[in-house]
Amino acid sequence: MRTKEKIIETVLAACAAVSILTTAGILYVLISESAGFFSQVSLVEFFTDTEWTPLFSEKHYGILPLLSGTLLTTAIAIAVALPIGLTVAIYLNQYASKKVRSTVKPLLEILAAVPTVVYGYFALMVVTPFLQKIFPEMAGFNALSAGIVMGIMIIPIISSLSEDALFAVPRSLREASYGMGATRFQTSFKVLVPAASSGIIVSVILAISRAIGETMIVAIAAGQQPNFTFNPLVPIETITTYIVQVSMGDVEHGSLGYQTIFAAGITLFAFTFILNNISFWVKKKYQEKYE
Amino acid sequence: MSDGIKHRRPLSDFSLGDKPGVNWNRVKDKAFRYFGIFCTAFGLIALAIFLMDIVIRGIGRINWSFLSGMPSYLPEKAGILPAITGTLWVLVLTAIISIPIGVAAGIFLEEYGKKNRLARIIEINIANLAGVPSIIYGLLGLEIFSRMFGMGNSILAGSSTLALLILPVIIVATRESIKAVPGSLREASFGLGASKWQTIWMQVLPASSGGIVTGVILALSRAMGETAPLIIVGALAFVPFVPDSPMDEFTVMPIQIFNWVSRPQQGFIINSAAAIIVLLLVTFVMNGVALYFRNRWQKRVKW
Repeated sequence: MRTKEKIIETVLAACAAVSILTTAGILYVLISESAGFFSQVSLVEFFTDTEWTPLFSEKHYGILPLLSGTLLTTAIAIAVALPIGLTVAIYLNQYASKKVRSTVKPLLEILAAVPTVVYGYFALMVVTPFLQKIFPEMAGFNALSAGIVMGIMIIPIISSLSEDALFAVPRSLREASYGMGATRFQTSFKVLVPAASSGIIVSVILAISRAIGETMIVAIAAGQQPNFTFNPLVPIETITTYIVQVSMGDVEHGSLGYQTIFAAGITLFAFTFILNNISFWVKKKYQEKYE
Repeated sequence: MSDGIKHRRPLSDFSLGDKPGVNWNRVKDKAFRYFGIFCTAFGLIALAIFLMDIVIRGIGRINWSFLSGMPSYLPEKAGILPAITGTLWVLVLTAIISIPIGVAAGIFLEEYGKKNRLARIIEINIANLAGVPSIIYGLLGLEIFSRMFGMGNSILAGSSTLALLILPVIIVATRESIKAVPGSLREASFGLGASKWQTIWMQVLPASSGGIVTGVILALSRAMGETAPLIIVGALAFVPFVPDSPMDEFTVMPIQIFNWVSRPQQGFIINSAAAIIVLLLVTFVMNGVALYFRNRWQKRVKW
């Protein structure tokens, strides 16, 4: 009996350790392959060259065009998702009836359940043709429609998590504000949002991290041309799209071209890792302020 | 809990009736209410427009020969049978790999390793893994499963990669459901002389199964929609055969859609819309089943 219990515990612990192996594997793969890349391309070139053409005959290895593409689509997505998501959170928390709230919240979650390749189709086939009526000079592949659709996709991340944060603000604060004669609007923006700011910030950071790592929407709708530009109307390429583009072609294993996807991957990983840890830190530091 | 707040209206809602002119604060309050309704509707209306576009474009293309046909260079002859079977293979294998490991890890963290250091490290680690972009898992799968373990571009390599991707979701869902089982149940079981594992296996797991099943279905539904990691691992875009073993090369529905939507011919765009209808149907059914389990579980269990 005792030994059996011990064996079971060990097996369970081994399963839990798989998650550690996964992290170790990710770090090992990214570091070992990109080490080969950085032994041939200097960090200075990687971070300052404004061209990224590893697959052309004249090769340049500057990550800036991919970074600008990634940041541009992410910025557009957040510009869409933050005002809408936060307004939805405040509306559901302060204005909507309980019934509306319990119907709308799961409905909005559907937006997060739709596969991203489907959003890519929407961006390319629905949003781009529509925007081209407004901006006739807009290219068929562009950062704007990919960013907008990505923003719609991450609305539920911001609205759900921010609503949870607003919900956690103690009732006494609300009552005090109402008692002073404040409207819901004043209470929301002068009392609740500041009080729930840590939770709202965490939701935005998670949304940014999600947008940076998003692949299929940008791969389908934003183009595959690494342009160092912040013009939302022209084709660009994100880090994630580049990795997909190389994986679809025939790049020889072990070549410098093959290693570029790991150099791009480690850059992406570094960004999301830092963002996630900032969000843990914010959560931990400000969590118990009102308890 | 929230309706208490809702029913207590702010003082400013009640008119005092002695102030001539416009109360701008109340106007702003009203305006924001309408803006809130607009924003809430925005996402849903966008989704509705998208779905309508898909259905109008694709529904006419769905017929038996589309569902049971092979891919082709002629859009009107192309079918999605290899993609459907590939998706099924991937789902089943991913489930077989990820469910035992994920549930076991969840049990360990919740029931055994509460206070020890290893459990704390694993916990932080899982939170971090949940934030890693799926495409990074693709790079992991490519190097470890495809090359190091020699699985190549097989279904097994793709499933193993997706299993690691959804592991954090299953672990978190398992922990949450186990946490909801009251201590009294465990105490009663121990009191009857059951060992720790007997208690977990015969009491805790059955009592938390509803939540675990919900989490697993949602995780698998997410795996089904994943495209990028499988492209990296080497799933093909053109597969003119039906895979019949885990070591076969394969494609899945999202990759088939990606392939078709990237082509200029209108015929392939229609095909991609039709394939999206099939994919979305299955996704929504899976999410619906998960919701059903969650509601039934919450209704049945009253601690």
